[in-house]
Amino acid sequence: MRATLFVTCLGDQFFADACADTVELLRSLGVDVDVAMGQTCCGQPAYNAGHWPEARSIASHTLGVLADAEYLVVPSGSCAAMMRTGYGELFGDDGGRAVAELAGRTFELAEFIVGVLGVDAVGSGLAGRRVAYHHGCHALRELGSREEPLTLLRNAGAELVQWEAAEECCGFGGLFSAKLPEVSAAMADRKLDTLPDPDIVTSADPGCLLHLSGRAAERGGGPVFRHLASVLWEAANGRS
Amino acid sequence: MDVHSRDYAARARAILRDEPHVREAVIGATVAFDQHRERAYGEVDSDAWRAWASDVKSHALTNLADYLEEAESRLTENGVVVHWAETAADVHSVLEAVAADHGVRKVVKGKSMLSEELGVNDALERQGIEVVETDLGEYVIQLFGEPPSHIVGPAIHRSLEDIQELFHRVHGTPPHATPEDLAAAARVALREAFLTADMGITGGNFLVAETGTLALIENEGNIRLATSAPKVHVALVGIEKVIARWSDLAGMLQLTSRAATGQAVGTFVSMIHGPRRDGEPDGPEAVHVILVDNGRTGMLADEATWEALKCVRCGACLNVCPVYRQTGGHAYGWVYSGPIGAVLAPALLGLDEGGALPFASTLCGACTEVCPVRIPLHDMLLTWRRRTVEAGKAPATEGLLLSAYAAAAKRPALFRLGAAGLQLLPMAVTRRLPFLKSWLAVHGDLPWSKPSFLRRWKAGPK
Ligand code: SF4
Repeated sequence: MRATLFVTCLGDQFFADACADTVELLRSLGVDVDVAMGQTCCGQPAYNAGHWPEARSIASHTLGVLADAEYLVVPSGSCAAMMRTGYGELFGDDGGRAVAELAGRTFELAEFIVGVLGVDAVGSGLAGRRVAYHHGCHALRELGSREEPLTLLRNAGAELVQWEAAEECCGFGGLFSAKLPEVSAAMADRKLDTLPDPDIVTSADPGCLLHLSGRAAERGGGPVFRHLASVLWEAANGRS
Repeated sequence: MDVHSRDYAARARAILRDEPHVREAVIGATVAFDQHRERAYGEVDSDAWRAWASDVKSHALTNLADYLEEAESRLTENGVVVHWAETAADVHSVLEAVAADHGVRKVVKGKSMLSEELGVNDALERQGIEVVETDLGEYVIQLFGEPPSHIVGPAIHRSLEDIQELFHRVHGTPPHATPEDLAAAARVALREAFLTADMGITGGNFLVAETGTLALIENEGNIRLATSAPKVHVALVGIEKVIARWSDLAGMLQLTSRAATGQAVGTFVSMIHGPRRDGEPDGPEAVHVILVDNGRTGMLADEATWEALKCVRCGACLNVCPVYRQTGGHAYGWVYSGPIGAVLAPALLGLDEGGALPFASTLCGACTEVCPVRIPLHDMLLTWRRRTVEAGKAPATEGLLLSAYAAAAKRPALFRLGAAGLQLLPMAVTRRLPFLKSWLAVHGDLPWSKPSFLRRWKAGPK
């Protein structure tokens, strides 16, 4: 099976190791991975800010770059949702087959592993680790993916900790965090204040992780934040 | 009604900075409300109920003119005087006339968000009429001299200590009075008001076209008293409150209660069919219903906003909203707050006054998930953002930056070069760039990957 990886702009710039781990993890599961070098951004920042002509222009580029992808794997629930459901809204009736086809072939990483590959255990390297999972809003509510990451973590031996605010938005929201920084920070603080004491906090979304870990650092430390791809690759690889 | 919605960002910042106890009180109350709702939804087939309720409201709104006429006929047959009001000023004139007819000096009110929207208290007070809010939360904020901060719990931004201090000052209760003692003190004051008022003013949760029934849900019994003790009852009813059939009412009342407070149904439901009839021992001599438009007809005609008129004002979307939870409702600068407030603001106030509120959201979609009448709230917020940009009302720097970003995103080499350039900037410079500046003000750092993944991949894919 062949899959194209769309690493996302934030993944590329801030989670390079997690992107590399995604490649390794998928390869270990027998997937032939390629990375389209023309990729840039899915267009969501402009889309959510209401600047749709700009969003369309970015999305058209991305559609072109990914036209040949058999499967598209995205280590970000938010960007996967943009491509699966947002593009349809953005282009409306003008979207045509390219938009519909891409939507049908696009998956967030955990969704792809469990739903497409049919794999629900990638290794056992998380035995004894207390893991808190942050559900990115778009993975949860746009993609409808709640169980896939939890299944993979649990089956790798992780103890999933109860977290009151696990399904509450972290406050990132793209430009929201820069336009309303105090509200955005207060939202992250609620996540951090309700966090039990885990060994690792993980999520499928670079944006949420960047925001939460940045806020934790500003408040003077906190737990270890890692992208789901890295946690799963370590579980598979026995390095955890 | 004073409107300060365009100042959302400054108001939110000020509340977070100067009144940290508000955040604590609001999180406590909304989390509890939301847990109750979640349990109550779990007890029934809530998806089926919500689809049904959405249909009931959509059907009424799709045929609104017919059902309003039918409601007017039934109300009139029931002995209710019906008034039509297009604007807040029209409502004020009707109230003025009715109050003059009945020689009204004192009004008791049941909680009505529409009355807040219309600025009814101020208008009555300008006429020299005393107005007493009788919902406990409304009574508290009236004493504080502030507007409600939540559709269902108007005083949830206030702590017990705030109210102890207030009642100590106003009613002479002990400084650390128990909630029961506080309620008892309010009850004494309110009973006096009920017995001496000449007019009761309420809103209405539903108006049944088929029977002319005005239905009101509450938990304190104050609405029951306000609609029956004074000699005149005036109900302010938004035109979107009409539903077609009597047989739909019970379900709508129950679902609204489940969504609002997690109750199977509110403690008191009043179904009003007109004034006291001959031989009845109590009830008002006259009942007036004011059917209020105040911008709703315009919303109904707008394909992208009409669905917000399905709202039953349960507050569930506020309770679950992570943005609302940080500041409470006062940050929003007008009567309706949270996701529904942000959807209604540009529709009812216009983009200039209300256009900032749709940006007070991360579009997380939690609101849409809980709404009992299935209003696509976060999609509508996005629609308003797009309209704001199309109307040329978005900040100029944002437009410039996003068009530069979009241009770069079509040229992968340039895009990566730009990011690499940003990585190389000294922190002192990065801290002064738009957007990054405010990001860095509340976050520790930008943990760049050096080099980025795609640069690594290009250098030598494995
Ligand atoms: S929009 Fe929906 S959830 Fe929000 S107050 Fe109205 S009915 Fe309730």
